[in-house]
Amino acid sequence: MKPVPFAYHRPASLDEALALMERYGADGRVLAGGQSLVPALNMRLAAPAALIDINRLPGLDGISLEPEGLVIGALARHEAVEASPLVARHAPLIAQAMPHVGHRAIRTRGTVGGTVALADPAAELPACLVALDAIVRVTGRGSRRDIPVQRFFRGIYTTDLAPGEIVTAVVALPIGPGWRSRFTELARRHGDYALVGLAAHCRVEGGVIREARLAFCGVGATPVRASRAEATLSGRRPDADVVAEAGRALDADLDPPGDVHASPALRRHLARVLLARAVAQIVT
Amino acid sequence: MDLAIQISLTVNGVAVSRRVEPRQSLVDFLRYGLELTGSHVGCEHGVCGACTVRVDGAIARGCLMLAVQCDGCRVETIEGVAGTGEVFDLQQAFAQENALQCGFCTPGMLLTAQDLLARKPAASAQEIREALSGNYCRCTGYHAIVEAVRKTAEARGRA
Amino acid sequence: MSRIEKGRSYIGESVVRPQTARLLAGRGVFTDDVVLPRMLHVAFVRSPHAHARMLSIDSTEARTLPGVVAVVTGEEMAPVCSGWVGTLAHFQGMKSAMQRPLAVGKASWQGEPVAAVVAESRAIAEDGVSRVRVEWEPLPAVTDPETALDPSTPVIHPELGDNLAFKLELKSGDADAAFKSADAVLTETFTMGRHTGVTLEARAILADFDPSERRLTVYHSFQSPNMMQDILARHLGLPEQDVRVICKDVGGSFGIKVHIYPDEMATCTLSVMLGRPVKFTADRLESFVSDIHAREHRVKAELAVKRDGTILGMRVDDLSGIGPYSVYPRTSAVEGNQTIRLTPGVYRFRDYSARLSVVFQNKTPMCQYRAVGHPIAFAVMEAMVDRAARELNLDPVEVRRKNYVTAEMYPHTSQTGYFFERLSHEEALDKLLEISDYRALCAERDARRAHRVYRGLGLCAFIELTTPGPAFYGVGGARISSQDGCTIKLEPSGKLTCMTGVTEQGQGTDTMIAQVVASAVGVAMEDVRVLTGDTMVSPYGGGTWASRGAGIGGEAALQTGKAIRANILKVAAAILQCEPEDLDIRLGKIVDALTGEVRLDLAELGRVAYFRPDTLPKDFQSELTVTRHYVPRHQGFAFTNGIQLSHVEVDVETGFVRLLKHWCVEDCGRIINPRLVDEQIRGAIVQGIGAALYEHLVYDEQGQLLTGTMMDYLVPMAAEMPEIVVGHVETPTAYAEGGFKGAGEAGTAGAPGAVLNAVNDALAPFGARVTSQPITPEVVLKALGAL
Repeated sequence: MKPVPFAYHRPASLDEALALMERYGADGRVLAGGQSLVPALNMRLAAPAALIDINRLPGLDGISLEPEGLVIGALARHEAVEASPLVARHAPLIAQAMPHVGHRAIRTRGTVGGTVALADPAAELPACLVALDAIVRVTGRGSRRDIPVQRFFRGIYTTDLAPGEIVTAVVALPIGPGWRSRFTELARRHGDYALVGLAAHCRVEGGVIREARLAFCGVGATPVRASRAEATLSGRRPDADVVAEAGRALDADLDPPGDVHASPALRRHLARVLLARAVAQIVT
Repeated sequence: MDLAIQISLTVNGVAVSRRVEPRQSLVDFLRYGLELTGSHVGCEHGVCGACTVRVDGAIARGCLMLAVQCDGCRVETIEGVAGTGEVFDLQQAFAQENALQCGFCTPGMLLTAQDLLARKPAASAQEIREALSGNYCRCTGYHAIVEAVRKTAEARGRA
Repeated sequence: MSRIEKGRSYIGESVVRPQTARLLAGRGVFTDDVVLPRMLHVAFVRSPHAHARMLSIDSTEARTLPGVVAVVTGEEMAPVCSGWVGTLAHFQGMKSAMQRPLAVGKASWQGEPVAAVVAESRAIAEDGVSRVRVEWEPLPAVTDPETALDPSTPVIHPELGDNLAFKLELKSGDADAAFKSADAVLTETFTMGRHTGVTLEARAILADFDPSERRLTVYHSFQSPNMMQDILARHLGLPEQDVRVICKDVGGSFGIKVHIYPDEMATCTLSVMLGRPVKFTADRLESFVSDIHAREHRVKAELAVKRDGTILGMRVDDLSGIGPYSVYPRTSAVEGNQTIRLTPGVYRFRDYSARLSVVFQNKTPMCQYRAVGHPIAFAVMEAMVDRAARELNLDPVEVRRKNYVTAEMYPHTSQTGYFFERLSHEEALDKLLEISDYRALCAERDARRAHRVYRGLGLCAFIELTTPGPAFYGVGGARISSQDGCTIKLEPSGKLTCMTGVTEQGQGTDTMIAQVVASAVGVAMEDVRVLTGDTMVSPYGGGTWASRGAGIGGEAALQTGKAIRANILKVAAAILQCEPEDLDIRLGKIVDALTGEVRLDLAELGRVAYFRPDTLPKDFQSELTVTRHYVPRHQGFAFTNGIQLSHVEVDVETGFVRLLKHWCVEDCGRIINPRLVDEQIRGAIVQGIGAALYEHLVYDEQGQLLTGTMMDYLVPMAAEMPEIVVGHVETPTAYAEGGFKGAGEAGTAGAPGAVLNAVNDALAPFGARVTSQPITPEVVLKALGAL
């Protein structure tokens, strides 16, 4: 399991990185944390002519609270996000999700930007960003775009990134008053990709869910917002009947895939269980 | 076409300079380039943890980093942490509990356990299990490994 | 045992394994760590199809790649290495096809090696592999054992006539009559998933052929070096003494590394063809499609019982798919054979009939993996016992007790002809109930059900076949030694060097041997250095598999220790001018046998014997290197027994099973090192748990493996595994002086059944039960009717 030969570049600046990306086009791959790309290289599932290692680009690994929201740099490692007091305070959903991402030796390397750009629908962070209505900030040569995350994730491993563009940060609005978050997932083994995961972010008032944002991972081509279930819950006190109704609504929201680990029916079932559990935890 | 690149780094405190192919993983570089065969290759896709080493103080999968990425870095392997005595008590506890059988997972297991104890000196048995859950051991069933790490944590807490 | 029982002995002590220091420092030497001058690396072109004809192989592009030294096909290799057929003469009617290092003409499973690329590095060899063009004509794949024998199913090897490898029928008493007189008849079909060993160190071999002397030296991650030596010599046409097999550190084996693999034979053949060292280290992806698989079984079981829980009779029908070839030289019929022979053995009922069908299919070959056949046999038997208890409203403990082969019945011959010298089912059960506080756990389980927490307790009694004698393989024509030798040499310093035919793969064989030798001779353990795994220096032996290390290797070490002790005392008596009977060896010193007074240091004895023999009587010759061998002659196997208990909680909403705790009480005869035995049991239990809950090699209908990475094939990891409590009963065998039996597989034998029964206990309030492994959330939820 050795990769095909490739050239290696380690640009010192974003401009240099973008120039290299333009030079190699589809034959070049950006190397961030590498925790998904390198296995693909080792298995010869990916065979780029060149890797453009962005790990040492300056200024992209910060986590800060800015006027536009909580800004997490593309090169922030999962481990740093997990340990960040700013994330814990302003985006507790993301903080809750981090311990579920692989294992520590993966989280010390894996990056926020890499996860977002890879767009693995089973990954935890994209679902959190979708639940938070976050923004993906991308930069190309001479361009800069803020893309609403719902539009960013387009399909399995497919994003709105144009050729030559790179993710530089994600931006989430700090959690507002009355909002509560719960990230929960079901994985066969600790650290595995979940069979189903749920990033739930709700505004609760006196036991009534005013607004609900529910994003599932592992159940579709992208993180999936469960809009019908959200609508069912919104404005209501989530008693057993309401939760069951929301669970039924999920059936229309989700069209999960089947694989060796779970059939579509199992994923639907587990999604309903997660929904009920997350709602119970959010309102109590 | 020669794609090789010159890199300089320190490995177990020793400055090293080599030309490496970009496609060579860090663990292959350590094993075949530097003859540090204590780091093992178990899966080459980041699941088993046998290749776990420290890069700039943080544990990482040696199969999921390229050697070229480690230019300028500080890399530590089992040979390093065993040589400095840093994990002496852990090694003793592993021996005492028979927390290793074939020993193939052991170097990665020790580095992972050491990383946990540095961050959470009073880790519970379940925290130990979760921290070690990225390191596969087929021989022991984990019970003895958890015991060895737990007892080391206790002893360090007393010291 | 006189020597061991009096005075200082290491037998029964949890001595720390001295060799772990090396492994803990990263100084182990595994096969891939060995580097030789001019060494080459091989990578294999493997079939992407489960079944396909090779129309052509074009290696032109690969050959021109810089760094590629050779590309070799099956046809080119065939004249150098002869093929083999994996059958045993005592399995009547068994058949299999000729297998070669590289397939010729057609491939029969996805992953079968068809060509080899040898290059200066593994990476370049892989580059070469990707440039070999094979033109394939895919053929229909045979995947489902149920239909493998249907007339409409293609025959994989037309020369064999059909896809049947082996069939066997066993009859004891009159099962049909027993069923007629039963109060209740229970019927169940069990499906056991295919899984594999996943040694963390993948298979690895480094072959170094020196054409000048025509000698082959092979470094091999393997369990049976003499077996490999024999096979390489015969198939490569080399004199046996010119083939040396060295097993250095072996990173896990579990029965995976005891078979003949085409890619390993090809590697040795390449070294002969090229006259250079050639290394093959399997990568994980090829491990999943080339390491032997195990346990794809469908078992139909029927149990006839009386209202009071007495088992009257049983009928079993086992169907097993083994891939396209029976694996050489042990055959792939052994697992099914052992399954149906072991199934009823814990219990005393006599009326038993069983049928076994072993069929070919286009999947990776299956063969023996840890606890061959046992986990299937006891999951089936014990699930049937629990079901009987549940349907008859009886206590599962009492149903077992009522049906056990009891203490006064030994020696006892089982329904299927196995001879049990003395087993301890009742004692083991009592001890298990005590150490687990079983009754309190039952009460707690019942109380929690009211709060909709569903916990379950599952018992699984088992027997384990250990210490096999010559009847296992030798009578069938396989040249696998059932005897092992031990050589002990007194060094001039008075220390001992010991070489043994059994091997070390993490079990602590060398520690166990050192304990026995030190105890038998009367020296400190640190004064004994044990060497294993080198055919050039070790006495001939079978290696370590089938839980034979302690029972055979331990007894050989004991007898050798006693023999050299006698020889040392003769030298001492000659020096001290007294009779050997007047002397003893204690803690490395020659002492007066009566008073214990120190008479002579062993180092002084060594000095005299080796450097000043002129000071000894003229007709006296010292013999301070001694070899003895041992083969178990008096019984076919030394059977052991035990019982396990699994405590689980089933989340009935998600179908997830959480393991709360696991207990095992095991009787492996006299225990040499309790800690080593405990850890063998624990590790083996977790492999059994893997089978029960996680591990599954899933194929599609075209014979493509869908779970061929470590992300998809779920091996048990630390977070989900339970605390495991181990207890012992000691019933030494009287057929060997040491009283040792084996312990390596007992954990795996009983764990899947215990987990299965625990899950079913938890599901009992819903009237639901599961009968297939692995017990995934999907399986549980389907049983509950939630999916």
